[in-house]
Amino acid sequence: MLTYMFRRLAVGLAMLLALSVLVFILLRLAPGDPVAAYINPSAPLSPQALAELRARLGLDQPLPVQYLAWLRAALSGNFGYSIQRGGVPVLPLVLGRVGPTALLMGTGLVIATVAGIATGIVSAVRRNSSLDVALSAVASLGISSPAFLTALLGLYLFAVKFHVAPAGGMLTPGVPFSLTDLLAHLILPACLLSLGYAAMIMRYMRSSLLEVLNQDYVRTARAKGVREVWVILKHATRNALLPVITLIGSTIGVAVGGAIFLESVFNWPGMGLLLVDAVSSRDYPVIMCATLITGAGVILVNLLTDLLYAVIDPRIQVSK
Amino acid sequence: MSATAPNDVGMAPSGSMMRATLRFLSNRAAVMGLVIFLPILLAICTYSLWWPYGPNAIDLSALNQGPSMTHWLGSDGVGRDVFARLLQGGRTSLTVAVVSVVISTALGFLVGALAAFGGRFVDGTLMRLVDLAMTLPPVIFLLVLASIAGTGLFPTIMVIALLSWPVLSRMVRARLMELRERDFVVAARGMGAGIRHLLLRHGLPNCMDIIVVFATLQIANAVLLEAGLSFLGLGIPPPEASWGNMLNSARSSVVLEQYPWQWMFPGAALVLTVLAINFIGDGLRDAFDPRSDLN
Repeated sequence: MLTYMFRRLAVGLAMLLALSVLVFILLRLAPGDPVAAYINPSAPLSPQALAELRARLGLDQPLPVQYLAWLRAALSGNFGYSIQRGGVPVLPLVLGRVGPTALLMGTGLVIATVAGIATGIVSAVRRNSSLDVALSAVASLGISSPAFLTALLGLYLFAVKFHVAPAGGMLTPGVPFSLTDLLAHLILPACLLSLGYAAMIMRYMRSSLLEVLNQDYVRTARAKGVREVWVILKHATRNALLPVITLIGSTIGVAVGGAIFLESVFNWPGMGLLLVDAVSSRDYPVIMCATLITGAGVILVNLLTDLLYAVIDPRIQVSK
Repeated sequence: MSATAPNDVGMAPSGSMMRATLRFLSNRAAVMGLVIFLPILLAICTYSLWWPYGPNAIDLSALNQGPSMTHWLGSDGVGRDVFARLLQGGRTSLTVAVVSVVISTALGFLVGALAAFGGRFVDGTLMRLVDLAMTLPPVIFLLVLASIAGTGLFPTIMVIALLSWPVLSRMVRARLMELRERDFVVAARGMGAGIRHLLLRHGLPNCMDIIVVFATLQIANAVLLEAGLSFLGLGIPPPEASWGNMLNSARSSVVLEQYPWQWMFPGAALVLTVLAINFIGDGLRDAFDPRSDLN
C-alpha cells in the first residue's frame, strides 16, 4: 500500500512538473515582454537596471535555462508580480482565492454526489417508469445546459424574481462576518454548480446499478429472502458505487470549469474570477500561478480518489 | 436505448452501413434530435432571405422592446432585432463549431495514427502529451489558450480546436493498434504499402465510426465552448453576434432583470441545439455499435 502511494505521488509530481513546462512554453509564446512580470510596476526601473534584471533572471538565456530559473524562483515561493494589480506578489493573491473556490466547489460536489446517487438509485430501481423517464429527461437537460446559463437562470429566478437569495458576492459588505450570511450567499451558486454534475452522476449511477442488479450475487441475496430494500442498498449499491467514485474523481476538472462560470456570474471572489480577470488583461504571472495551483488541486483529488478506490474495493490488490 | 431494434437477420441486404442507418432511425431520441436540429439549421442558413431585419441593423424606434409582431423576440439596447441576432449568432456559433471540429478531428486522427504507427518512442511521447493535456481542467486550458490567442473568430476556432483533439487521438490510436496486427494490414505492409496508403486505405475507413461519433458530439461541445468563451468576453467580440456574447449582455444586472428576452432566447436556442446534436450523436454511437442490439 505504501509503495503504491509513493508511486502514485511520484507520478502526480511528475505530471505537475510537466504541466508547468507546458504552461511555461505556452505563455512564452504569447506576445509581450516577460521581464514585465518580475518588475514591481509601482517602482519602475531604469533601462540599465532593466537589462541587469533581465540578465539576472536569465531572460537573455535559451528557453530551457529560463524555465529552470523560473522553477527555482517558483519553488521558493516567488511566482512574480501581478502586472494588472499594481505589483502585488502573485502567490498570496492566488492562495487567498483558494478558500472561497474550495468552499463553493466542495459544497457543490457534496450536493451533486448525494442528489446524483439518490436519483440514480431511484431511476434504476423504478426502471422505465414515468419517474425514471422524467429524471432522465431532466438529466439530459442538465448535461446539455452550460453552467453559465443555469447560473443566469438561477440568479434571475431566485434572486430577481423571488428575492429568496442574495444576488451575488460571498458576504454582505459592511456587515460583520456571520455564518448564516455566508451560507445564504453560498447555497444558490452551490446548488446551481451541482446541477450539471448531479445529472452526470445520476446517469452513471443508474447504468452502473442496472448492471449490478443483473449479477448472480444479487439474485442469490433475493433468493435467500433478503428484503428488497437491503438487496438494493447493501448488496447492489455498494458495488455500483465503485465506478461512480472513479467518475467523480476523474471529472473533477469539469466541476472546476463550472465553478469558473458560477464565480463570474455570482461575483464569487474565487480563483475563477481571478483567472478570468487575469486572462482578459493578459496578466501572465497570475495565469501561470493560478493554473498550476488548480492543476495541483486536480491531480491531488485524482490521487485521493485512486487511494479511496483501493480502500473501498477489496478486489484491487495494490501491494503486489 | 429505444426498444424496437430491427432484427438484422434477413433485413439488411447491404451490410453494416444499412444496418447502422436502420438502427439510427429506430432510435426515438436520435430522430427527435434530427427533427429539432434540421429546422434550426435551415432557419440559420436562410434567414437573411426571409427575415426583414439584419443582425446589426439599428431600429431607433425600438430600444429594449419586448417581443412583438414586428420584432418577434424583441430588440436590444441599441435597437437591434434579437431574432436576427439570434440566427446570425447561430451562424457564428455553428461555423466556429464545425471548423474547429474539422481541425481537431484531423489533428486527433493524425496524432493517433502517428502514435500507432510511429514506433514506441513516438507513441510514448505523444501519449504522455495527451495525458498532460487531459489532466488540466478543460476550461482552464481553454483560458490559457485564449489568453495567448486573444479574441476574434479565428483565434476562437483555433483555441477550441487545440483543446479538443486529445480524446480522439487516444481512441484512434487504440483502434489502429488493433488494426496494425490484422492480416490484411500485415499483408499490405508486406506488399510494400507506404504509411500514406496504410492510413488512407486501411486506417481511415476503419476509424470512420469513431470519427463520425466524435465529430458529432464534439460539435455540441464546441458550441458550448464557444458560448462559454464569448460569455466571459474572451471569444467572439461584439458587435458580431454569437450565442455566447448575446448571453454576455446578461452579466449587466439591468439586462438580466429587466430585459430577459435579450438573453433567454439565445440561451434556449443554445440548449436546444446542443441537446439535439447530443441526441443525434448518441444515436450514431449506438447505431455503429453492433452490440447495441443485444440490450
